[in-house]
Amino acid sequence: MSKPKVAFYWCASCGGCEEAVVDLADAILGVVEAVDIVFWPVALDFKRSDVESLYDGELAACFINGGIRTSEQEEMAALLRRKAQAVIAFGSCSHLGGIPGLANLYSRESILNRVYLEAPSVDNRDRVLPKERSEADEGMLTLPAFSDSVRTLDQTIEVDYYLPGCPPPVTLIVNAVNALLSGNLPPKGTVLTGDKALCSECPRNATKPEKLSLKELKRPHQLIIDSKTCLLNQGVLCLGPATRCGCNAACLSANMPCTGCLGPTSHVKDYGAKALSAIASLLDSNEAEEIATLAQRIPDPAGTFYRYSLPASLLHHRAGNGRT
Amino acid sequence: MDEQFEPKLIGILCNWCSYMAADLVGTSRIRYAPNIRIIRVMCSGRIESQLILWAFRSGADGVLIGGCNPGDCHYQEGNYKALRRVTLLKQMLPQFGIEPERLRLDWICASCAEEMRKTVEGFTAQIRNLGPLRLQTPPLLKPIKIEMEVSRHVEA
Repeated sequence: MSKPKVAFYWCASCGGCEEAVVDLADAILGVVEAVDIVFWPVALDFKRSDVESLYDGELAACFINGGIRTSEQEEMAALLRRKAQAVIAFGSCSHLGGIPGLANLYSRESILNRVYLEAPSVDNRDRVLPKERSEADEGMLTLPAFSDSVRTLDQTIEVDYYLPGCPPPVTLIVNAVNALLSGNLPPKGTVLTGDKALCSECPRNATKPEKLSLKELKRPHQLIIDSKTCLLNQGVLCLGPATRCGCNAACLSANMPCTGCLGPTSHVKDYGAKALSAIASLLDSNEAEEIATLAQRIPDPAGTFYRYSLPASLLHHRAGNGRT
Repeated sequence: MDEQFEPKLIGILCNWCSYMAADLVGTSRIRYAPNIRIIRVMCSGRIESQLILWAFRSGADGVLIGGCNPGDCHYQEGNYKALRRVTLLKQMLPQFGIEPERLRLDWICASCAEEMRKTVEGFTAQIRNLGPLRLQTPPLLKPIKIEMEVSRHVEA
């Protein structure tokens, strides 16, 4: 019997998710033994035509990382959806929009202007902006269209499962691959990790007081962080209480606060709003002015609370950015 | 003359004070601007940011939160939680191109019908001046299915 075929693809992402696959280390040998990787642009030389020549549904599974910003990414996602029995949104960008999704706080025009005209390192005297079609001596040159906003994978195609994280923790990847191979799968739409808050698996959880209150907010470089005590108890903004478990509190083990890459639990629609509510409730004051002073210690609330999930949020992008 | 812009406002009011005040406005036959749609909740501390953003996403031009006066919360400190959330949320809204004035928090006691009238009239006028909130979701997005699971909802 031939081995099940799988594909990996990347959209608007940094390449860290590909790195996570390599981080499987020895476990990757088991994966390679069990499946046939037929498409993986970062590592193997296959072309789009190789995917097009597959039968519909011939791929047992396709892992897609990255958000969707360009027409090329959208086309590839649709093509892979047709060829794959199961599509897994791999990593924060694909799951919730991720870091590239923060671009939704700016309009398409301001992004192009900044990148091609205004950035201090740019030398573009002819003020050339990328165009979808441009005439050259060689003929008509084309580029993929750059859309108004970054979308999550499931705002683009139907998604079967989600592997959260920036990048997804190795144990979650291994568990997901084993589940796919054995056919022992949870209901469609499941995020393939636990459904409790990160605090539940944090080694510092015992030092979290019954009633947390933030008398001040410090950024990690402003104090020497105690490596055993709950970070919120030390006044460092940690998003563990609003974030899903599954990483074994990896950042906390490195003495850094959780920034929320695994996204919300299944009970929450909008991660950033929920995290904002959770942190705001802990501010230790009942006086309007004092509360405002404390809140100003978070200089970039959208970037802090929606670091990985802006495109999946209720607002999706800055007001007035979309074309009507 | 141009047709006057009529804002859509959502009022989320606490059962024990502001909602009672709004009720009293009605039974006293006091008139105020009809732009506000009122939702009753048990405590302003229950109103978390998702609900406010959901209102904006669903087409509200302004959101009014009503709670008990400081020290008067039926559940002791729900109104302080509302104050903390609204303060931080108002700090974030401009990053989304939403004027912070579109979100307003007021303490209105159960017998304060006149204050309720003034608040709603004032808020309506203020949002009318600001104009409509242009927050369109891109047509490519499938509509979000919103099922707020109130009973299963657990505060982290």
